[in-house]
Amino acid sequence: MASGVKPRVKVPKTAAAGDTITIKTLISHKMESGQRKDDDGNVIPRSIINRFTCDFNGQNVIDIALEPAISTNPYFQFEAIAPESGEFKFTWYDDDGDVYETTKKIEVS
Amino acid sequence: MKLTRRNLLILSSASVAATAMGSLPAFATLTDDAIAELTGGAELGEGAITLTAPEIAENGNTVPIEVSAPGAVAITLFADGNPVPNVATFNFGPLSAERSASTRIRLATTQNVVAVAKMEDGSFQMAKANVKVTIGGCGG
Repeated sequence: MASGVKPRVKVPKTAAAGDTITIKTLISHKMESGQRKDDDGNVIPRSIINRFTCDFNGQNVIDIALEPAISTNPYFQFEAIAPESGEFKFTWYDDDGDVYETTKKIEVS
Repeated sequence: MKLTRRNLLILSSASVAATAMGSLPAFATLTDDAIAELTGGAELGEGAITLTAPEIAENGNTVPIEVSAPGAVAITLFADGNPVPNVATFNFGPLSAERSASTRIRLATTQNVVAVAKMEDGSFQMAKANVKVTIGGCGG
């Protein structure tokens, strides 16, 4: 599932120091659960994103372990604190070893 | 009680309900095992964690779920009617603000969604929500 995976992240561009900000992330991925069968009755092998992390300037914000029960195109919304200007780094880990990354800058005044 | 037609009907429907209840917890024990493994058999408190889930989900493929537990280190979600009860584990880092998260999950049938939070002092909190699912989300 290396093709067609597109991460999308929404982070406010600016914030006041110490404020709580809301981050929304979505990545397009079919999240094949390993429970479904194809037309011939063979089990379709599992292929999911099994881990997602968000870091800010090297400090961890959230680290999520995903199981097959997470829907297609995994979506997460969570709250973070940005003590200074910097960069949020988002990382998704695929079952097949692929790692998808994206970053977002934020100005803190 | 005289054995009238009406009484007979009440009796039979009651026994059907009883047998249906008896066959339900096949998956639920899996969840109990998973929770026991997580908590190490510790007692589960209630109240400091909120789980927001829809009462009725038309499509079990994407059910919006929100959990929040102030002071939690980690929150684990379980769905007791799914083939595999584990859903996700949220580990909160030092820069996490509200200790809350929302996502979308798959539910195979009508069932309970359970959230277990591990608090900073090592205790555990649990919240449960029943979700009615009209179309299941495990394919096949």
